Amino acid sequence: MMSTRSARPLFDPLIVRRALRDSLLKLSPRHQLRNPVMFTVYLGSALTTLLFVQALFRTGDESPGFILAISAWLWFTVLFANFAEAMAEGRGKAQADTLRKSRQDVIARRLAANKLYEMVSSSELGVGDIVVVKAGELIPLDGEVIEGVASVDESAITGESAPVIREGGGDRSAVTGGTRVLSDFLIVRCTARPGESFLDRMISMVEGAKRQKTPNEIALDILLAAMTIVFLLACATLVSFSQYSVLSAGRGTPITLTVIVALLVCLIPTTIGGLLSAIGIAGMDRMIQANVIATSGRAVEAAGDVDVLLLDKTGTITLGNRQAVEFVPADGVDVARLADAAQLSSLADETPEGRSIVVLAKQKYGLRGRDVEGLGAHFISFSARTRMSGVDLEGRQIRKGAVDAMESYVRERGHEFPRSLRDRVDQISKSGGTPLVVVDDGQALGVIYLKDIVKGGIRERFAELRQMGIKTVMITGDNPLTAAAIAAEAGVDDFLAEATPEAKLSMIREYQAGGRLVAMTGDGTNDSPALAQADVAVAMNSGTQAAKEAGNMVDLDSNPTKLIEIVEIGKQLLMTRGALTTFSIANDVSKYFAIIPAAFASTYPELGRLNLMGLSSGILSAVIFNALIIVVLIPLALRGVKYQAVGAATLLRNNLIVYGLGGLLVPFVGIKLIDLILVGLQLV
Amino acid sequence: MNTYAGIEIVVYFAVLLAMVKPLGWYMARVYRGRPCGLDAVLAPVERLLYRLSGVNPDGEMSWQKYAVAMLIFNLLGIVAVYGLQRLQGSLPLNPQELGTVAPDLAFNTAVSFASNTNWQAYSGESTLSHLTQMLGLTVQNFLSAATGMAVLVALIRGLSRTSTETIGNFWVDMTRSTLYILMPLSLVMAIVLASQGVVQSFGPAAEATLLDPTTDADGQAVLTQRIPMGPAASQVAIKQLGTNGGGFFGVNSAHPLENPTPLSNFLQLLAILLIPAALCYTFGEMVGDVRQGWALLATMLIIFVPLVGLGLWAESAGNPRLADLGIDATATLQQSGGNMEGKEVRFGVGTSVLWAAATTAASNGSVNSMHDSFTPLGGLVPMWLMQLGEVIFGGVGSGLYGLLIFALVAVFIAGLMVGRTPEYLGKKIEAYEMKMAALVILIPPIVVLAGTALAVSVDAGRAAIANPGPHGFSEILYALSSAGNNNGSAFGGLGANSIFYNSLLGVAMFVSRYWLIIPVLAIAGSLARKRQTPVSAGTLPTHTPLFVVLLAGIVVLVGALTFLPALALGPIVEHLQLTSMNS
Repeated sequence: MMSTRSARPLFDPLIVRRALRDSLLKLSPRHQLRNPVMFTVYLGSALTTLLFVQALFRTGDESPGFILAISAWLWFTVLFANFAEAMAEGRGKAQADTLRKSRQDVIARRLAANKLYEMVSSSELGVGDIVVVKAGELIPLDGEVIEGVASVDESAITGESAPVIREGGGDRSAVTGGTRVLSDFLIVRCTARPGESFLDRMISMVEGAKRQKTPNEIALDILLAAMTIVFLLACATLVSFSQYSVLSAGRGTPITLTVIVALLVCLIPTTIGGLLSAIGIAGMDRMIQANVIATSGRAVEAAGDVDVLLLDKTGTITLGNRQAVEFVPADGVDVARLADAAQLSSLADETPEGRSIVVLAKQKYGLRGRDVEGLGAHFISFSARTRMSGVDLEGRQIRKGAVDAMESYVRERGHEFPRSLRDRVDQISKSGGTPLVVVDDGQALGVIYLKDIVKGGIRERFAELRQMGIKTVMITGDNPLTAAAIAAEAGVDDFLAEATPEAKLSMIREYQAGGRLVAMTGDGTNDSPALAQADVAVAMNSGTQAAKEAGNMVDLDSNPTKLIEIVEIGKQLLMTRGALTTFSIANDVSKYFAIIPAAFASTYPELGRLNLMGLSSGILSAVIFNALIIVVLIPLALRGVKYQAVGAATLLRNNLIVYGLGGLLVPFVGIKLIDLILVGLQLV
Repeated sequence: MNTYAGIEIVVYFAVLLAMVKPLGWYMARVYRGRPCGLDAVLAPVERLLYRLSGVNPDGEMSWQKYAVAMLIFNLLGIVAVYGLQRLQGSLPLNPQELGTVAPDLAFNTAVSFASNTNWQAYSGESTLSHLTQMLGLTVQNFLSAATGMAVLVALIRGLSRTSTETIGNFWVDMTRSTLYILMPLSLVMAIVLASQGVVQSFGPAAEATLLDPTTDADGQAVLTQRIPMGPAASQVAIKQLGTNGGGFFGVNSAHPLENPTPLSNFLQLLAILLIPAALCYTFGEMVGDVRQGWALLATMLIIFVPLVGLGLWAESAGNPRLADLGIDATATLQQSGGNMEGKEVRFGVGTSVLWAAATTAASNGSVNSMHDSFTPLGGLVPMWLMQLGEVIFGGVGSGLYGLLIFALVAVFIAGLMVGRTPEYLGKKIEAYEMKMAALVILIPPIVVLAGTALAVSVDAGRAAIANPGPHGFSEILYALSSAGNNNGSAFGGLGANSIFYNSLLGVAMFVSRYWLIIPVLAIAGSLARKRQTPVSAGTLPTHTPLFVVLLAGIVVLVGALTFLPALALGPIVEHLQLTSMNS
């Protein structure tokens, strides 16, 4: 489930106010230099401003009013792009502010050598220091619990208000600095230096402070820069071309610098150039909305490219626990007797499986739970050695357990293990279930059929993934027979049975050697090698510190199904860039038709026939459209293009029609409308 | 245009497409070193060549080594052709006793032939000796074509190999291109052309008595005409096959001794597009998926065919001003009709336009009509075909590697649109490839636009113009488009044999040939190192009509957006003036 904590509206007034201020601050040349396309607009704005000043005092190259209008709209173009970026950052910044509140300096009890505390500020702590945190206190730094069990409120990080249990040893030993111990106490060994904790990383991530350009963004930047150069040249050479034309035609005046700059800004891909960084930040932000903290934008991008998903069976594909679905009696045994024995043996069994047996017996055969303690029952709990559990009651010895353990148990007591029962056991195994044999005083009564329950809707999800070209692999500790049955039921493409950490690792390497990108989730320390090897590795926040270090994303909800969402966010990020690039380039066609007839009207009035839109102020209208389209597209840049789970070819066709063809046609309408308004307001 | 022209065009495309697969398949075998049928005769020659030159045919090269070998080899070619021209007066096979060629013209011609441009600022029959033509130009016709093919093959290897550092051996690729592909085809072609009456002799010019004596400018009676002769058939064969286009005679294939019959015309026209078209199939075969090759050929055709249509329409409609004067320019059985200025009556509008489009689509440049005399829109077609970067067929090898670079860009944009790091044929396209691809796509427009701007700004540039107004601008733009895209086609009209143009165009040809090859080879090297991503449903297919449309769209859009302002001041405004009532 997605947390609803950070579902802010896209245009939160608070964020908008801050973004408006930031878009002015971002006018510093140093900031603008990072984006070659927008820097060109920036220079153009500055140049036209100078031309305006010149026109005020001396003969300008156009009328001062016209230059002022062009110059103003060019500045707006820069500001709108800044605003888009600031809006994208704003959401993260608001969140970072909340996070910062948790990152207070606290006084920690550091354990000194003589078993005494010393009180130190959390900023003085170092890796390896051991601290004691009592109920009601903030945990000073990230660390591993080495002693104690406590409930911890992690809502500052995860947004989830229900407290979680943290205890020493095992897979729930990691604690995060800035979370609060609610009950009991914990002894924690610090694993991070102050300033480098998970919370710090999270803050810098949501703020976008450490944002580096991703490889794909760099490649796109190169393409956009190349296009800017081409257009720069096409516009610059127009000066000589038009001088020649004037000379040769013997009339008119050469194209003015103002018009050249206007044409240039309209042609260079300002729409994508202005929104590019907003798209990247918004992509990271969407991850954060999904409660996933990525360590880099690169990881988000890689998520879109994933070819293979390794999914843990338990929790992702099936509900966490197996449930009893049927009692299968041996020949000649009444099913009610089997159910009764099964229920008796499970009454004290607090595992989910045990409880489901009691419930099934009650539902199907009306057997109610009994107060067996009063009957003097003695419960035998499950042990790895005997591999069975049960109850001694009124001289009866009821046991239940795995088939091979029970078979030898029956034989030891001089009974036969019925062949027909053996067949039923095999049947259950083959269909993906787990058989538990029930024995009453040495006689095998029958089998309890425990079944893995595949999550609802997961099959459809996998079908979608297949359409996206992503292969799903189920990882399970089950035997191959059971695994195959569940794999078939859930609709995964492949499975790895009896999985060991080594087997997982070598499987990932194998896929990677075949040129595939692999994504996986993990929580335990023994997952860390595989997490480190995978291209996209999502560690569960509930997992160990080692797992979190090895992964390149942390899922705060600790929901293994999240991987699918992560892939979609990654794809959306790339798609939004692609769609707006296409739109931006396709826009140029109409701008030529708006500008060229006007630019050369004095020399070649015949070019007026190219004025298809019948504009009276083509140049200004085109410049205004070019600026406004950035604002119009901010919501799309922030939300991202909608992802549909269809094949690549269909997706490309749809997007080409919407953003390619749309990009070709929309500006014709838009520029004409702006022109009509300008005329209507008698501004031109 | 009449029915016969229509039939010729249909037959032309049918024959061309029918030859794509067999020739493409044959070339793929040649480049893979598999038996191809001619080995029995040629393999010993090939081995002997390697032994004589000390080349180890199994020695693979990194892209840098490959590029250095290519550059050195081509520079030597330029020096040799330059030297031959400068020394031809004291060398044999010079029956006309032609003098040494001026340094600027010699430089221009040397670069022109080495770079597969074959821009001719000279008139062959009055400037170059037979030796220069044969040993200089004809040899370069072969080698420049082979260079283009070698670079293409290196790029294909980059796409089809995985995790290696090497992209083949330049010397082997050159040798095999020349020996197994260009020479046999040229031999057949030359013999057929000679049978049609294309001259092939070592003799001096023939002296013919005029049936209708005339007088010269000084009023002297002229009774005889000198008809230049020479080894034309052999040069014409490779000029067409190797997309060179440099004619033996000044007027190129409009000359009756260079292109005497309808059959010779058809065969030369076929030869212009033959290898560039067939290489698409070779590409598909070598990357193991012929559909990829057909898709690229389809891309070329969906741009080429409509432009031929536009040219045919413009030329058939003729000049509206003449129609206003009551001149009947409709095509009938008695007259060719349409705009016949600058066209051979024997060819008419249909063949002339098809030739003009083919010769500029492929970077050939040979002509059988004068493009300067086309209507504005008719002239825009060949000019714009060059400005598209010579990737619609383009030069042998160079056209396809150019289109492949566009395909990388198309794949990049398309990949983004489907939410996946782009890949072409399983190779991921990343920042490095985009950087190099941007160079390849950027350089020709820069050369063309900057060169044109320079030429229209200085007196030396403007002085060469034959017609004032937009048409004069078109003449300069055309010349730069031709040199800047290594085509070599001339609009005519522009007096380009001056120090200014010889130098400017010479530099333009040099830059746009070799500065493109280096990034192309760099991409080849980088792709060869990469692993191949297996195909899945998430992979964007690059053989579908959708991709063809996208790729064609990008080529057209880049060409249109870059050159629309310039074209607006040249052919477009000229067209509008021609069709406006009031001017």
